[in-house]
Amino acid sequence: MNFSEVFKQSNQLCKVSPDGKYLATCVQYRLVVRDVNTLQILQLYTCLDQVASMEWSSDSLFILCAMYKRGLVQVWSLEQPDWHCKIDEGSIGLVSSRWSPDGRHILNTTEFHLRVTVWSLCNKSVSYIKYPKACQKGMDFSADGRYMALAERRDCKDYISVFVCDDWHLLRHFETDTQDLAGVEWSPNGCVLAAWDSCLEYKMLLYSLDGRLLSTYSAYEWSLGIKSVAWSPSSQFLAIGSYDEKVRILNHITWKKLTEFEHHPTITNSKAVASHRCLVSDEIPPLPVQVPVVKPDPDRANPKIGISAIAFSVDNRYLATKNDCMPQSVWVWDMQRLGPTAVLEQTAPVRFFAWDPRRPRLALCTGNTKLYLWSPAGCVSVKVPVEGKRQHLAYS
Amino acid sequence: MPESSFEDINNIYVSSTMPPSRQYSQSTIPLLPFRHYIGNTEFCTENNTSECMLYISQELLALGFPSIFFDLNGLRELDVISALNSMYGLLQMHRRAVGMLAELEVEQLRVSSDLHCQQLTNSKLKDQLELSKKENLRLCERERQLEANTKALHHCLKNEKEEVQKLQNVIASRASQYNHNLKRKEREFGKLKERLNQLLTDKKDKKQGMDVLNYVGRSDGKRSQWKTGKTDSRHESDMYKALLNEFDKHQRELMIENAELKKVLQQIKQEMVGILSPKRQSGETQKEEKPKEFTDQQIASDEEEENSFKGTSEMSCEHAREQLSNSIRQQWRKLKDHMANLDNKASLVHLGQGINEEMISKEVHQEEMERLKLEIQQCKDFIHTQQQLLQQQLSTPWDEETAAVLTDCYMLEEKERLKEEWKTFEEQKKNFEMERRTFTEAAIRLGHERKMFEEDRATWLKHQFLNMTFTDQMNLKTQNTLSEYAVQEQKHISSPKTPL
Repeated sequence: MNFSEVFKQSNQLCKVSPDGKYLATCVQYRLVVRDVNTLQILQLYTCLDQVASMEWSSDSLFILCAMYKRGLVQVWSLEQPDWHCKIDEGSIGLVSSRWSPDGRHILNTTEFHLRVTVWSLCNKSVSYIKYPKACQKGMDFSADGRYMALAERRDCKDYISVFVCDDWHLLRHFETDTQDLAGVEWSPNGCVLAAWDSCLEYKMLLYSLDGRLLSTYSAYEWSLGIKSVAWSPSSQFLAIGSYDEKVRILNHITWKKLTEFEHHPTITNSKAVASHRCLVSDEIPPLPVQVPVVKPDPDRANPKIGISAIAFSVDNRYLATKNDCMPQSVWVWDMQRLGPTAVLEQTAPVRFFAWDPRRPRLALCTGNTKLYLWSPAGCVSVKVPVEGKRQHLAYS
Repeated sequence: MPESSFEDINNIYVSSTMPPSRQYSQSTIPLLPFRHYIGNTEFCTENNTSECMLYISQELLALGFPSIFFDLNGLRELDVISALNSMYGLLQMHRRAVGMLAELEVEQLRVSSDLHCQQLTNSKLKDQLELSKKENLRLCERERQLEANTKALHHCLKNEKEEVQKLQNVIASRASQYNHNLKRKEREFGKLKERLNQLLTDKKDKKQGMDVLNYVGRSDGKRSQWKTGKTDSRHESDMYKALLNEFDKHQRELMIENAELKKVLQQIKQEMVGILSPKRQSGETQKEEKPKEFTDQQIASDEEEENSFKGTSEMSCEHAREQLSNSIRQQWRKLKDHMANLDNKASLVHLGQGINEEMISKEVHQEEMERLKLEIQQCKDFIHTQQQLLQQQLSTPWDEETAAVLTDCYMLEEKERLKEEWKTFEEQKKNFEMERRTFTEAAIRLGHERKMFEEDRATWLKHQFLNMTFTDQMNLKTQNTLSEYAVQEQKHISSPKTPL
């Protein structure tokens, strides 16, 4: 693996364009666009304030730079460097800003989540969406970019609105049977919308595209509930990670639980263990292996227990999960055998992991200078020649 | 004789010292009959008075009485007074003795009654002891049960306490979550109030707006459309189309899966039927019958297949599915029973009993095995001789190593050739089987066609017959055609040959 020289970037704003040709980085108030292969600087833009968030448009023609303190969004064009666009939210403030999937609309969420303003770059139209909900994942676009689901809250009740991204026409608006809706997520085939309740109640609702309730799933009552959710790329499975340290898999035909994966602190399966210590010391630890467990503080809210991250591999074969009370381990499960295939144990808490978008290869980082790669064939650790800590990684 | 009387006297002495009423005495000395209130005529007689007196005085002396004699000039004279005193003393003694006896008897009675009482009380106490032991056991049992109860209750209590603890933990975590949320909401509310204050006091109202150099075209290059009812309905229809496409795709996948599974089940069923059918035959059937039966089975199963396929279109899928699964279950049961029978018969064969149809087929199987073994042996011998011949041929000019290598090569060649020949042989066998099958099918078809042809011929002849004129040429022609057909035909036709 080759590494380029180190480039300065602030606030972890460093993104490759969706078509893989350009690399954009933000340094303070400047936006630098480089060619991915030669790393020559192609464009340099200056924004009005320190950039808080930066995003490429889906067709790689525009870049959005948001400055939350000033309530400003500036859009830059790659084809026409002279083109400029500035969106000022005024006194209403700005909390988040993102592109729509077609790359021609910008959705700004105002302060206090008062409304979502949809600015169009094609025409003069502006749309307002009232009462969006401030929750874990209140807004989601379907994979083909045609529909948007938005969680709303009005009169102490939760609603979901489905919009057609073409002209922001409200397609469906229905109430959900939740206490406190925490998130919505489309299935990859765009036909099913998963909506889940906050951690105080374990409830997963599945709606069809036209707003009909397909099924409800609740594993248990009273204890803390859902922490993370992931769809499999084929839309066959829905993985729900909860605070009881288990991942439950639902199947798309009956929406009932297919199996549940338990993160047991003692591993007795001989195939399963791949430890970072192994890579260093070349020895396989004797069974049964104890996974280091960190007990969470019971009095604090949002305790550090439960499955906080789930991700499916792109070929649908593997599922990677991280249990917050075993922060140094990442578990990899085989979906064909419905059992654990590997437990990757590191010497420090794992900060982030991501699957390769083309093959079943998992990359994870723990905040030190190494990058760890796992594939069904074996593990590799790569030393990244850089100072500072690895916090986040992204595949192009 | 005086010694004997002394012995008697001694005996008497011995016996007289024993009180007669002592029935518990352990003395074995027989008691002389002794009458104490009648004068003892046997003791003293006129002859032995002096001896008796002497004896009595000795006895009295021994008992502590003064002598009843006083000596006067060497003659012992009976002192009556002292004798009477001694007698009185004796009587007193006797009375005392009797009194003591009576007392002793009373004492004894008392003691025996005491003993009896004691025994009674003993038995009573024993009973009481038994009772109390039983009571004790019962109480122990009860105590054990109560202990078990308390243990179970403790256990329940522990469980309940654990439940309560769990629920308390849940409540605590929920409470902390609620508090956290509440604090967050309060903070946000505070921020909102501040903002509102700021906005009310702030004179300048920063307007929101977008400042863009020029509008950009849409990503897909099309123009945007006006929002009308048409677009709304178009959106609805697009959405439903997307849903329907998804459902269709899903259903197609499921249908394909279903069809594949059905095919697999059909194959399994056919194979099971095939396995069962040749074994079911009797020993006399020959190999020609086997393919016939197989084809019959094939036809039967084909018909069944057709039925089931018809069924899938006519009846509900569930019914067809049930039919298929039921028939497979039946076949499987038959196969299992058959295997069980075979096992039984195998054990019987082992014991040398039972002659059945199945036995013959086993023999046939064994014969086949023998034949194949012979063939293998022959082939091996053949290979061996070839190897030897090769070695003989190519022996001298080369080294041992090259010779070995070369023989190996030739051996390999031979082996491969043999393998190929086997392969071709197998293929030919298969082809032959297929041809035989097709031949039988063709024969059947031919039979059908012949029937059809015969019918056609009959109708044609009838037609001819009806349209017949009385010309000789026609007659000749018909006769010729008749003769031609008569040569070809094998069956007799029913239509009469009328003389023309």
